[in-house]
Amino acid sequence: MNYAYYPGCSLKESAREYDLSTQAVMESLGAKLTEIPDWTCCGASAAEAVDDLLSLALPARNLALAERHLPGLDVLAPCSACYLNLRRAQEETNRERRVRDEVNAMLGAESLSYGGGVTVRHLLDVLVNDIGPERIEAAVKHFYPLLKVAPYSGCQILRPYRVFDDPEHPTALGRVLKAMYVDVLDWKAGNACCGASLAATKHKVALPAIRAVLDAASEADCIVTVCPMCQMNLELYQKEAGRRMPVLYLTQLMGLALGLPEQLLRVAHNLSVTPDFLRSLPDKAAEAATT
Amino acid sequence: MPSAETEREKTAPLLRIARSKALETVREMVAGCMQCGTCTASCPNAWAMDLTPRQLWRLVNFGQEEEVLASGTLFMCSTCYTCTLRCPRNLPLTSAMAALKRLAFEHAHKTRRRAAFYRSFVDNIRSYGRVKETALMSMYFLASRDPKLPLAFTAPALRLLGKGKLHWPGRPGRGSLGRLMDAVMNREGRP
Repeated sequence: MNYAYYPGCSLKESAREYDLSTQAVMESLGAKLTEIPDWTCCGASAAEAVDDLLSLALPARNLALAERHLPGLDVLAPCSACYLNLRRAQEETNRERRVRDEVNAMLGAESLSYGGGVTVRHLLDVLVNDIGPERIEAAVKHFYPLLKVAPYSGCQILRPYRVFDDPEHPTALGRVLKAMYVDVLDWKAGNACCGASLAATKHKVALPAIRAVLDAASEADCIVTVCPMCQMNLELYQKEAGRRMPVLYLTQLMGLALGLPEQLLRVAHNLSVTPDFLRSLPDKAAEAATT
Repeated sequence: MPSAETEREKTAPLLRIARSKALETVREMVAGCMQCGTCTASCPNAWAMDLTPRQLWRLVNFGQEEEVLASGTLFMCSTCYTCTLRCPRNLPLTSAMAALKRLAFEHAHKTRRRAAFYRSFVDNIRSYGRVKETALMSMYFLASRDPKLPLAFTAPALRLLGKGKLHWPGRPGRGSLGRLMDAVMNREGRP
């Protein structure tokens, strides 16, 4: 299992925990990630508001690089916004020849061209469909039957493209968690919006969205997410939202279950993770039977 | 009594919008709207909007672009795509919202200030190839010309600093976006 890895900007900045834990978990599950050489920003949630063609050309540049340097490999993106932008470039350039020609006319400025041969996958898609819950369960060293986890899928891996999960009733994240025997919270806010970039531009509008997700998870020990923006929004404004709740990346919890060392997972680096939460984890775990 | 000159200046941008191809594209996007209101009922931020999404599509179809482009609604979309997913006519509503936002940035003078975040973002990735978060927020604060804005972010920024999550940008990466972005932004026929 080889993938062209697109970490995206957040994973090299405030979400380094997600980058490190993704690489560590995927390696220990037998998947090989090769970073796309010289990758650049996918346009995030801002490019589309500036120029429509820019919002396709930015992600397409990375698809063109993957096609040239890592031919035949699916692109793997752990960030939901990167995934959606790259996926949109894939879908739009395949849907209409005119769009691909327009994009390629721009990529020509860098002597690049995109032929339309790349499939973009989100990390969760790869975990559920390529690696699969059985293989994950077989690799787990510490199960967490007493840890109640709220699975937070967010928006952009579910919508608008219906690729690997049910956008109204997502189950993929829960299936991965159940492979670690985690007690998965049954809740309705798993596909609610965290406010996304409104946290920066319209803080008063984003805060109720953040609070609603945190409140809905009140029975859980922690929230698990697969998007750096969701993770940041849910943990950075907890004081303003009036509720404390650890928010982990899925790969951090998986790393703990797989027995990977803290320096590869950096759980303690999350703003919302308290020493109390870390101390409580061993009590919630059960060792896997050695066979 | 306003002179003919100032009257023309005031109406010229509106005429430009009304005749623009970009607006025509938005009209095509939402022409099939049957006013069922599923978008508004599904929108997590509708409570903060002066016009609901359903009302916005109606005004677009009725040629009321002045009202549409002056609406704060365009800046309340968090691109969650729930409206797009649920629209019974399968209209690309999130993309229509983005297209209207672009039009407002381009043509409506009042909204220029609101473009601060987006301008800063474009400058940021042009300089570094990748988003450098700390530099982006600093540029945004400067571009907004709002002295209260940085204050609102002081507490969260200190929390990030405490966990070593703020990084001043180093050298730009090997992948650069200058040529690609120049080609896109200066292309012929850019709306």
